[in-house]
Amino acid sequence: MAQLNIDRVSKSFGKTEVLKEVSIGIEEGEFLVLVGPSGCGKSTLLNMIAGLLDPSSGEIRLDDARIDDQEPKDRNIAMVFQSYALYPSMTVEKNMAFPLRMAGVSKADQKAKVNEVATLLQIEHLLNRKPAALSGGQRQRVAMGRALVRDPKLFLFDEPLSNLDAKLRVDMRTEIKLLHQRLGKTIVYVTHDQVEAMTMASRIAVMEGGLVQQLGTPAEIYDRPANMFVATFMGSPAMNLLPAIAGADGKTIMVGDQTLPLSPIAAAPAKGQTVKLGLRPEWFNLTGEGSAIVARVELIEPTGPDVYVSLRINGERVMARLPAGTEIDAGTERTFHVTLDKAPIFDADTGAALYA
Amino acid sequence: MRKLRGLAPQLTLLPSLILVAVTVYGFIAVTMVLSLTKSRMLPRFDRWEGFDNYARVWNHPRWEVAMENFAIFGILYIGGTLFIGLLLAIFLDQKIRAEGALRTIYLYPMALSFIVTGVAWQWIMTPDLGLERAFQIWGWDSFEFDWITQSEMAIYCVVIAGVWQASGFVMALFLAALRGINPEILAAAKMDGASGPSMYWHVIVPALRPAFLTAIVVQGHLAIKSYDLVVALTGGGPGFSTELPSTFMYEFTFSRNEMAVGASSAVMMLVLVMILIVPYLYSELRDGDR
Repeated sequence: MAQLNIDRVSKSFGKTEVLKEVSIGIEEGEFLVLVGPSGCGKSTLLNMIAGLLDPSSGEIRLDDARIDDQEPKDRNIAMVFQSYALYPSMTVEKNMAFPLRMAGVSKADQKAKVNEVATLLQIEHLLNRKPAALSGGQRQRVAMGRALVRDPKLFLFDEPLSNLDAKLRVDMRTEIKLLHQRLGKTIVYVTHDQVEAMTMASRIAVMEGGLVQQLGTPAEIYDRPANMFVATFMGSPAMNLLPAIAGADGKTIMVGDQTLPLSPIAAAPAKGQTVKLGLRPEWFNLTGEGSAIVARVELIEPTGPDVYVSLRINGERVMARLPAGTEIDAGTERTFHVTLDKAPIFDADTGAALYA
Repeated sequence: MRKLRGLAPQLTLLPSLILVAVTVYGFIAVTMVLSLTKSRMLPRFDRWEGFDNYARVWNHPRWEVAMENFAIFGILYIGGTLFIGLLLAIFLDQKIRAEGALRTIYLYPMALSFIVTGVAWQWIMTPDLGLERAFQIWGWDSFEFDWITQSEMAIYCVVIAGVWQASGFVMALFLAALRGINPEILAAAKMDGASGPSMYWHVIVPALRPAFLTAIVVQGHLAIKSYDLVVALTGGGPGFSTELPSTFMYEFTFSRNEMAVGASSAVMMLVLVMILIVPYLYSELRDGDR
């Protein structure tokens, strides 16, 4: 039985339906990331778990008790906000003690708990400062500290890293993940950044258009995307989708005039059916591994560790990722190889993946 | 040419700088000098009195009344407008209907000049003309509201009129500040268990600190320079019971031909403003860039 149950939850603002019967079960100790483009409903869902919004229909249960009709403060849930939402007039110590103070905890216990959490987050030296005197990363920690002092059943994070610069973001990502490993608390984390989702989550819910497109571990999401949206949203550069026609034998697929073998994970489409073939940029190589495919090299973008190569295959633009130092010239036609054992195919009309 | 362009900002600012230097600081300096002379009806700078004029001001019974009234008026006027303004702003911020119309109504008194306010409230508060008479005609025979005729109470009439006039303005300040509070902070406070009054007391009102600063500075200087309101409302009376530093200054400078004494009282008013506002500004702005 899952610890947090989101059961057919819908939300409409006027006539706009933001969430459509979303159901997700989250086990105790899990790190669930809700990821999707802006407007996909992920923040709305988080706010409903927190109690800041009421669902239009459906139920939310925490430890088998219905919480969607409870006040936010009664739900035993803490949240870290994108803007950190620290109280500007209070010192760090007062900020962190605030939930305890509101709960009527004694002064001595407040102090003990705040000190404990401050030590954990290494912010003891900041306790007497005001939020304005802190850096972005420090504010982030204080916001987490304020969530931690309450010892809640569930932590919610609403894009907590999006206001930090790139380097700090990577550091804090690691830190939040370490904290999760150490404390084993259940976390629901919202982000639009698929790298954050992949690196931190124990499970990911990819959302789009008010629906959960796929719910699974990062590996499942990456290796067996449920549809074209998930396939292209997760991964950078995005998965290439090539129009292709199923071969007569059920084992091959035609991209233009080039024949490629069908991946073992893909279902055999009917002969002549038009599908989309998914190719991840990192499957391309010049070392002869996999099946040969001829492409025209258009543009080369070195990134340091990799070289992104923009190709044309059968008129379609395709992005390939090759190791740094690869000798390649723009404007030439070359034979690449591509490993196809994980290559999915998608129904060209519905976008759904066709797995064997 | 390039040199000229470098000077352009300074040149643009020069006229206003000169104006401010002469009309503000220049005249402050002239007033200070005047307060040390024996000027009577017209300024004269050839006979010196020294600081005796200040002693005269401080020993004058009217100045004593003026200071007492200023304390009462200043505290009640600033406190009253802040309190009522904040309350109105909080009520208006409850997502009520017709907020725009109400906001305009509350803000309207600010559009009147103090003279108009003073005259209107004088009519309202004069016993045989305004409120008292109205209530008595309506049958409440024992109703009495004659503060304006009582020496001890008349200053509170000035407070009432002043608060009525300026509360809407303070409300607008606070309303803008309320709307500017990061909604995530309110959401966080909600999750932390703050609700209703504790939300306002611990989270919202402290977040209005910059608005308090603005309101106190604006209201503070209005309080000390308020002159027209008293003149129109009570004319400083009954007797000189509603004397304020400003009316004292005017009376001595222009009616009693004691220009030097008037100048001394004007300098005292400046000092008062400094004493009241500078420490407050200092403490607020020092950690203001937090």
